Amino acid sequence: MKNITMTFPGVKALADVTLNVQRGEIHAICGENGAGKSTLMKVLSGVYPHGTYEGTMLFENSPIEFQNIRNSEHLGIVIIHQELALSPHLSIAENIFLNNEITHNGLINWNETNQEAQKLMAKVGLSEDPNTPVKNIGVGKQQLVEIAKALSKKVKLLILDEPTAALNDSDSEHLLDLLRQFKSQGLTSIIISHKLNEIAAIADKTTILRDGAVIETLDMKRDAVDQERIIKGMVGREMNNRYPTRESKIGEEVFRVEDWTVHHPDDSTRVVVDKATLNVKAGEIVGLAGIMGAGRTELARSVFGRSWGIGISGKVFVKGKEIHIKTIRDAIDAGIAYSTEDRKRFGLNLIDDIKRNISLASLHKFTKRGLVNANEEYKVASEYRTSMNIKAPSPNSIVGKLSGGNQQKVVLSQWINVNPDVLILDEPTRGIDVGAKYEIYTIIQELAAQGKGVLVISSELSELLGICDRIYAIAEGSITGEVAKKDFSPELLMKYMTMTKETTNA
Amino acid sequence: MPNPLEKINDRVSNLRTRLGGVDLRQNAIFIALLVLITFFAITSPNHASITPDNWSNLVVQNGYILVLAIGMVMVIIAGHIDLSVGSVACFIGAAAGILACRPLEQTGWAWLPKIPWAVALIGAVLIGGLVGMWQGFWIAYVGIPAFIVTLAGMLLFRGLALVLLQSSNIGPFPDSFRLIGNGFVDKANILGHNFGMKNYNAAALVITAVGVVALLIQSFAMRRGRIKYNQAVEPRTWFFVKNILLAAMIAYVGFQLSQANGIPWTLVLLVFLVIIYTTVMKKTTFGRHIYAIGGNLHAAVLSGINVRRVNFWLFVNMGALAALSGVLVVARMNSAVPKAGDGFELEAISSVFIGGASVQGGVGTVTGSMVGGMIQGILGNGMNLNSIGIEYQMTTKGLVLLLAVAFDVWSKKRTK
Repeated sequence: MKNITMTFPGVKALADVTLNVQRGEIHAICGENGAGKSTLMKVLSGVYPHGTYEGTMLFENSPIEFQNIRNSEHLGIVIIHQELALSPHLSIAENIFLNNEITHNGLINWNETNQEAQKLMAKVGLSEDPNTPVKNIGVGKQQLVEIAKALSKKVKLLILDEPTAALNDSDSEHLLDLLRQFKSQGLTSIIISHKLNEIAAIADKTTILRDGAVIETLDMKRDAVDQERIIKGMVGREMNNRYPTRESKIGEEVFRVEDWTVHHPDDSTRVVVDKATLNVKAGEIVGLAGIMGAGRTELARSVFGRSWGIGISGKVFVKGKEIHIKTIRDAIDAGIAYSTEDRKRFGLNLIDDIKRNISLASLHKFTKRGLVNANEEYKVASEYRTSMNIKAPSPNSIVGKLSGGNQQKVVLSQWINVNPDVLILDEPTRGIDVGAKYEIYTIIQELAAQGKGVLVISSELSELLGICDRIYAIAEGSITGEVAKKDFSPELLMKYMTMTKETTNA
Repeated sequence: MPNPLEKINDRVSNLRTRLGGVDLRQNAIFIALLVLITFFAITSPNHASITPDNWSNLVVQNGYILVLAIGMVMVIIAGHIDLSVGSVACFIGAAAGILACRPLEQTGWAWLPKIPWAVALIGAVLIGGLVGMWQGFWIAYVGIPAFIVTLAGMLLFRGLALVLLQSSNIGPFPDSFRLIGNGFVDKANILGHNFGMKNYNAAALVITAVGVVALLIQSFAMRRGRIKYNQAVEPRTWFFVKNILLAAMIAYVGFQLSQANGIPWTLVLLVFLVIIYTTVMKKTTFGRHIYAIGGNLHAAVLSGINVRRVNFWLFVNMGALAALSGVLVVARMNSAVPKAGDGFELEAISSVFIGGASVQGGVGTVTGSMVGGMIQGILGNGMNLNSIGIEYQMTTKGLVLLLAVAFDVWSKKRTK
């Protein structure tokens, strides 16, 4: 890939990226969330068709221009996404040959299908009946089905996006072994991963992306690269005044979670949050840093009215008093607010207007004798529109037509209007441009200045370092570290964030 | 002197900017209704479609569908559907018959004591609420999709209706009971005398006049309130045009009815329900929660809305309204029969979608559904008067439903 530039409205996702991958090597790509890794892989695999980006791609020395994924798969470039693309009710064999069925005269030959599936499954070390529905096998084995599916397409270049994020240690180990084995057979792999120990163990070369640009490509053996070296590449950006400055006035503790444990709703044996303990004081902005899948959102949502997870245990205190929350309403009434990481899916009624979105969680405040006063709603929404600088013609504007930054301000307004003691803000600046980010930071600081406790969850380390008074790091569901402002350093936090259970033990 | 043509052009463009704030999509359905009325007024033999008696018929014949459409639009806004309402209406009709009609020798219910008609009527609606609780329980608390629960309900309650009826008809109903489906506001009851008018029903005229004045006062009060809070309001010209048109339509229909038998009790009930449910949907937290659930279920949950409770009461409400619809049917027919309510669910659902509701949920209004129901009613009625056979009536109604929703989809795409 040469000089790939990809622009989304308002954001440059990739800037002049050049990537060289040799035949038969395992090439790792690292970078923070939002650095452009996934975008780059989507260009390479034809998800973004030719013409939506600038630059050229060469595969086996000939230029390639994909219109869709089928084109790239035809050449043997197969991508396996982080969220597996399997149909849960279909069998292993059916999934392997999905949209690539073995047919004779238009009818599927099931005997041959199952036989071929068996061969492919043997190659990836999967011993199951090919007729087993995919939903009945574990995530680790599902990952292997994906790889078998890739092999069935005569793959030459395999792209794996966070392949081990959802796997346990032995499954991860097996997967990495498999990649080594394929490598010896001449298969080329590109692997995107946050788990730096895995990269250090398996990759021949590592390319580090940051803000859509290639920072460096390291030859793992020649340069004797270790995890520290990769971290340095990933976080090494200079901090200029992208964050408003403030004097923090920190008061009493307003929010505390003790020994909080949560299990996965689909798999009650999987611990997603493991005895997490943290606190937030009045007027304090506390960060919760972790890579995707570390249990950040799960922690927040399980505290917020048990809206995620099962088998939840632990204690929650607001203003020093233990509270017992069963529903989201309880949580709101207890003074906790949570703004979601995915505002379009979980945060907003996109087909309704600004004022009714703002009032939704605090509708009782606008209700007298059973009737909602729409004029009062309008007035309050107008005030937020001015104070939050929501760029919209009127409080009656439809939320779905606003930009991401303005939508985020509507979400924040909704939660500020319930007048909580503590706000949990999950990825408050995801997908919004730099100018709007600055405004959101200012709003967060004002909230803290009003004496509220703010817990900010973010994948952007620099953002947390810029606005927080204190940061917790979370990895694999456990709080792995707590860093006070005077000790802030990206390297230290990245070390905590990438701490896996084995490294903790070691 | 400016050239007269320029002057006209100026006026037109001026009017256009004044009308700029009018949402055409929202008003398209009213326009369609007017066009339809005009069309049949011209084409029907002897202009039969706009005779006083026909207006009266139109209201009474469509009342039970319109009552269903009120509950149905709420269910559809929340993202559900209810296929059982026709069967429930039949079931409740049979129950009402057992409660209100005596003697019942042929059915085996004769041993039950006779109860006053008003108690029977209220009892029937309460049973409807119980039916709604049954369906609401499965939908809200067990989590079975409404489509399945109410499909089962469609069979279940039709079956139970047959059990109650024991394969015969129940009737006749007491006269007082029948008033709600078949009676008119009597001039003597309301005013004592008819002021010497021979051809007009004075009570109908008075009620119409009160209605028009109330509508205008309400519109002005709402506009004033919005202006007080510095909200954008509809352009003044459009505001006047719209309200005068609306008032004129009501006055016209009221005037026509006064020349027939007066205002049907069905219409009184309907207007009452429309006012109550419009208020519920627009001005209560329950109504807001329904829109929020249909607009984005996840966001509603995370905003602390008790979605299960809302869904449960939605279906209880639907059950009660289906019961009311069943009462209207038996009161009008004077008999509870096994085929009653057949196909009502489809007519109610079409009314709601013609009335601008969205298949995805989150969008729709009570008044829109009423207009949608009237469009269907007027189509059927007008084609009857023009002696068009049932085969073409069905074909036409099917196409109208399809085109109405297609127009909605298309205009949404354009505004995007």
